[in-house]
Amino acid sequence: MWDYSEKVTDLYKNPKNAGMIEDADAVGEAGSLSCGDMLKLYLKVDKNGIITDAKFQTFGCGSAVASSSILTEMIIGKHIDEARKITNKEIVDELGGLPPAKMHCSVMGHEALEAAIADYYGETCIVDKKEKVVCQCFNVTEDTIKSAIKDNNLHTLEEVTAYTKAGGACGKCKNQIETILREFNNEKPKLTKTQQILKVSKVIEKYVSPSLREDNGDIELIDVDENKIYIKFFGKCHSCSKVSLTREYVQDILRKHISEDIEVIQV
Amino acid sequence: MNKKLVYLDNNATTKVDEQVLEEMLPYFSENYANPGGMYDFAGKMNKKLADAREAVKELFGASSQEEILITASGSESANTAIRGVVNATHGRKHIITTKVEHPCVLNTYAALEKDGHKVTYLGVDSHGNLNLDELEDSVKPETALVSVMAANNETGILFPYERIAEIVKSKNPETKVFVDAVQGAGKIKLDLKNTKVDLASVSGHKFHAPKGIGALYIRKGTKIQPLITGGHQERGRRAGTENTAGIIAMGKAAQLAVDSLSDELTRVRKLRDKLENSILSNIYNARLNSSVGNRVPNTTNIGFEYIEGELILLYMNEAGICASSGSACTSGSLDASHVLKAMGVPFTSLHGSVRFSLSRFTTEEEIDYTCAVMPDIISKINALSPFQKELAELKAAKNTK
Repeated sequence: MWDYSEKVTDLYKNPKNAGMIEDADAVGEAGSLSCGDMLKLYLKVDKNGIITDAKFQTFGCGSAVASSSILTEMIIGKHIDEARKITNKEIVDELGGLPPAKMHCSVMGHEALEAAIADYYGETCIVDKKEKVVCQCFNVTEDTIKSAIKDNNLHTLEEVTAYTKAGGACGKCKNQIETILREFNNEKPKLTKTQQILKVSKVIEKYVSPSLREDNGDIELIDVDENKIYIKFFGKCHSCSKVSLTREYVQDILRKHISEDIEVIQV
Repeated sequence: MNKKLVYLDNNATTKVDEQVLEEMLPYFSENYANPGGMYDFAGKMNKKLADAREAVKELFGASSQEEILITASGSESANTAIRGVVNATHGRKHIITTKVEHPCVLNTYAALEKDGHKVTYLGVDSHGNLNLDELEDSVKPETALVSVMAANNETGILFPYERIAEIVKSKNPETKVFVDAVQGAGKIKLDLKNTKVDLASVSGHKFHAPKGIGALYIRKGTKIQPLITGGHQERGRRAGTENTAGIIAMGKAAQLAVDSLSDELTRVRKLRDKLENSILSNIYNARLNSSVGNRVPNTTNIGFEYIEGELILLYMNEAGICASSGSACTSGSLDASHVLKAMGVPFTSLHGSVRFSLSRFTTEEEIDYTCAVMPDIISKINALSPFQKELAELKAAKNTK
């Protein structure tokens, strides 16, 4: 038995906004019968772009019905461009969480919403037909996998499968998914040393120096070595008995704006 | 609030029979001796264990107690049979099995394939039947083992394992035949001594014994390498102090299973047929996934077209009914039932399959209740489906019939 949240249980038992809208302004579809789950989303949109009504029809499990139901509640009353910003993670949060193996239900909700909005704007097809399908069994594209990795901060193959279903059947695409994961993680741009120094000095200039100067002190950036930042204090800061507190203050600011693992070293 | 409970998932596990429980209880805290002990306290138990083994022997239809190996589960029995034979066979690295076996068997073969064994997986037709000519052609001089199940856990469909053993032995007398009889025990009569089967597995909790006890039939003269080495228990074929309470429980359960086989074949079958006929005639998008004729008396597998199985189970759960589904969503594996896929069950009803499995404890009242609530459950879920047009067509087709 899945460990479904109260909200999920409540919604699959008594789904809200189930059914279809005959004269819908936009319709979006995700999943398929062969994959084992499918969602059709109908939208009614007024002349100002506000979603006035949304209904769903879902072929799927308890969490698929709950995801569809909560999605309709989340978008009714929103401007279509606001609705477009909703991520699958927000759907999961609204549901009070989903079991890991059921995350793909929220992704399906998100995909149906994207498809419906694309339909509204007359964008011919949100999923480029030429786009690369990675998982043939569940027809999952590389883009779907990448956005699931990005939106949910995924790191393992098992997580990707739980969120997108890719690799969940025959398993032939598992290597490909792992390659995507590796590439994606490396894609995070790595700064050169000069770029790092520039970034750190900008933060210091903007957030640190002004307050130190108020106290007739100042700070100079000496060097950056990975997460270690070497600095020197001047003026009153240099001679102040609370210099170690000042160092911590600088460190906190740099951690907040750049990276949690930063260590500030006074030289 | 006392929620109603109608348990129709007996192929997953069964209730421990009260008589079985009563029989086993003294062997936890009253007579807890290790049967290997050199004192009366232990000796008294040996008679009891021998009786239990005798009852398990009868369940298998074996010729002697020496042919019975006690294990801790059906999976262990299957692993012991398969790996035991393979490890004791030198040079012959070919194995034949079917695509619809239980995962404990299929995953063991997948592991052996990685170790360099060659496995032939035989398919089934839409009725779940094997092509016996294809099986015969597959048996080669290098075939070490042929492994088929007696009854399928999902559909209840029976394989003619006696005939299969004959075919295999006439083609290659050296090839061993293993029958996974976990879903057969207590539902069909096993008479292994009059067959050419070499090994067969059963699991206690599928016939009203507790979980954690199983058995393997090993025909006299069949060599296997033990999986668990250590003490001399089970004639040196499985080390580990005997699970005395478990063995005694399985013995009692085996005796009761043999005694109630006629009830299974008549009353349980009638209830199953009643349930099946009621659902198929009252629900327009219901479709039988298992074949009508050749199957165990307690199981039916019904596909509900254009709706999904987990949701059906959740709604049934609300009504207090327990069953299971071949749907991808219930397994956690994301993939739908390998058994139904091998039978070519169409996508339209593959994901909406529900297995109902009865036992001798199932009552007519429970079946009547299930028959009464299912149409409403299915119609609620039908209303959520995006395939309204297809459902309307099915409904119209049913009405014209």
